[in-house]
Amino acid sequence: MASQETLREEPSRGSLINDPKIRGLFFQTLVIILLFGSIWWIVNNVIDNLTRLHIASGFQFLRGRAGFDISDTPIAYTSDSTYGRALVVGLLNTIIVAAAGIVTATIIGFIVGIGRLSQNWLIRKICMVYVEIFRNIPPLLVIFFWYSGVLAVLPPPRESIHLPFGSFLNQRGFYITRAVWGEGSWLIAVAFVVALAMAWFVARRARQRQMATGQQFPVFWTSVALIVGLPVLAFLLAGMPLTFDFPKQSTFNLTGGFQLKPEFLSLFMALSCYTAAFIAEIVRAGIRGVSKGQTEAAGALGLRSGPILRLVVVPQAMRIVIPPLTSQYLNLTKNSSLAIAIGYPDLTATAGTVLNQTGQAVEGVLIMMIAYLVLSLVTSAVMNVVNARMALVER
Amino acid sequence: MRFVNGRQRIVNDAGPGVGPNGSCIHKRKKIRAAWEAGGACKAEKGLWVMKHIAIGIFGAAALGLMASAASATTLDTVKQKGFIQCGVSTGLAGFSAPNDKGEWQGLDADFCRAVAAAVFGDGSKVKFTPLSAKERFTALQSGEVDLLSRNTTWTINRDTALGLNFVGATYYDGQGFMINAKKLPGVNSALQLSGAAVCVQSGTTTELNLADYFKKNKMEYNPVVFEKLEEVNAAYDAGRCDVYTTDQSGLYGIRLTLASPADHVVLPEIISKEPLGPAVRQGDDQWYHIVKWTYFALLNAEEAGITQANVDEMKTSTDPNVQRILGTEPDSKFGTDLGVSNDWVVNIVKAVGNYGEMFERNVGSGSPLKIARGINALWTKGGLQYAPPIR
Repeated sequence: MASQETLREEPSRGSLINDPKIRGLFFQTLVIILLFGSIWWIVNNVIDNLTRLHIASGFQFLRGRAGFDISDTPIAYTSDSTYGRALVVGLLNTIIVAAAGIVTATIIGFIVGIGRLSQNWLIRKICMVYVEIFRNIPPLLVIFFWYSGVLAVLPPPRESIHLPFGSFLNQRGFYITRAVWGEGSWLIAVAFVVALAMAWFVARRARQRQMATGQQFPVFWTSVALIVGLPVLAFLLAGMPLTFDFPKQSTFNLTGGFQLKPEFLSLFMALSCYTAAFIAEIVRAGIRGVSKGQTEAAGALGLRSGPILRLVVVPQAMRIVIPPLTSQYLNLTKNSSLAIAIGYPDLTATAGTVLNQTGQAVEGVLIMMIAYLVLSLVTSAVMNVVNARMALVER
Repeated sequence: MRFVNGRQRIVNDAGPGVGPNGSCIHKRKKIRAAWEAGGACKAEKGLWVMKHIAIGIFGAAALGLMASAASATTLDTVKQKGFIQCGVSTGLAGFSAPNDKGEWQGLDADFCRAVAAAVFGDGSKVKFTPLSAKERFTALQSGEVDLLSRNTTWTINRDTALGLNFVGATYYDGQGFMINAKKLPGVNSALQLSGAAVCVQSGTTTELNLADYFKKNKMEYNPVVFEKLEEVNAAYDAGRCDVYTTDQSGLYGIRLTLASPADHVVLPEIISKEPLGPAVRQGDDQWYHIVKWTYFALLNAEEAGITQANVDEMKTSTDPNVQRILGTEPDSKFGTDLGVSNDWVVNIVKAVGNYGEMFERNVGSGSPLKIARGINALWTKGGLQYAPPIR
């Protein structure tokens, strides 16, 4: 071994300065020293300045009583909760609106993207107009359009628009009937989980059988039957433990039921519509990226246009689509901070309030930056896993 | 220093933006029904929102990057640049709001002019920086403004942990509620507001008092929270919430800007004490004293009967108290001890009048707000405004 290593070693050049290894090390160390030096300088400077200006610093404020209320609270929160909890509420609101927006944007985006390649002239043009409108307007204006253009023209609470299933629409938001689950409801949840597991198992077996024998099995309808049927069966067995909480008119507003506030609705709609336009273009690019020969070959094998799209084109298009899709998801999450303009209590808005009530601007901004960074990195990580699963498996 | 300049440039950009913004609200009123009106304004509003977010972030960054070496005193800096940078609100009628010529008017804006008059002998040497509730403290802490005169409540937290020093209460206020009486007939007390949607500006003491009041009275409410005053106003006017809460003086000012002011009533309850006053940074006693005694000079002038109209005449007065106030006493050095000229009170009164004149012109009988002096009367007339003597 030793003799082999000495053989591989490069001939000495006489001087250390000319040794590329040493030189590389030297410059890397220099960069690291500079980097950490400047970080150290900034941190020290901040501390110096805060002390000089007699401004309180540190993160102890997170344990203080917040004293203000938040309109949308996914977890229990009152004005007696801490600043830290207020920030968590804000973060959850950001996650909720981003997650909901991502799902809807993806669905609209795929529909519009595929629609742009439709054989039907009308569908194709409608999809094109959609993309061109939403892609070319800043997201903040789209948010204002939904908030003050669409939702503000709705009637006041006393003249709410009645919709089916006991739901109402007025300028305070969208009110839907809330299901109140009684005793024994856990059975339904268990049945649902079991149904999901069974559907997965059926799909796996069906694929194995098709691989082995070429026979197909109606996986889709079996799954639907399982996922709908089992919980319904459990519901009946448990003695129908379900009551409804209908929205009712009170002095000021509708009470009861479940309220989707206009701030959430407009932010959600705006982010979905806006990002969907970009996703549509990505999807179109992905589908166009699949060679035409693939479609023709599938057609020659006797597949109809539905299965061609589903089984041949889309799986290959996904490999092109997923990496840029990740960027759009990150954009959507970060654009959700525009919520501040319409008063949806997302992370930026809540952190802003905390920052102002405590006066600790540096800490507040730092928390916001770290939170968004972590959110983005997690999204990227998840999408990377999806991408790895979708990637061409080379044998 | 470079950062501070950069921020001033941003603010100056926003300056003309305020003009269009004001006219934007105006425009919206005219074509209220058509949402295109909103559309026409949105572009400006959006830009403005983004700029203001940027200012907030820069404020924090400036704290990190500005030179830590002990800087010159505020008075020296102010004298060197030749004007006072004064932080005001983004537009609250009666306190600080640009008029149709773009000049800032109101009690708070006039107080800035009074300080400028004391320092420079010229009340016009002020530049105004409109600040949202959220930006105001960072702007003062980081040195973007020399003085914050922006209907800000004096609290212990702000006086200590935020590194500020309040100089006094130029306006004693209290928080109230306003409702649309036409839409909500039969509501005549704040205690009937359980279940209401309440519009409030974020990052204010108002937001905290609101939570306390509803909790104390075991009532529920739906907070509808915006960062900027104009957004709260628009949301209330559009019917997004049932109740508007802020300082009572603010409610009267805001009511005037609504589509139909006569429909709205301010409920009788006052749920908090809100001493509003100007603030400066900690650690510069001289500047603190100049601002504080400007306020006291305004009160002392009113008490001694010195007005904008008679100040020149009063200079020949033989009343020793008037002579001390106006610096006409032989060998008077109150002004120079303070760091300004001896005729500082003359300059202040010439620029803005005494406290009573300032009050009547901006919020009192001489203004559309028509607020009574009430507890803001001088102590000699049963109010709370009381100044230590100039002697």
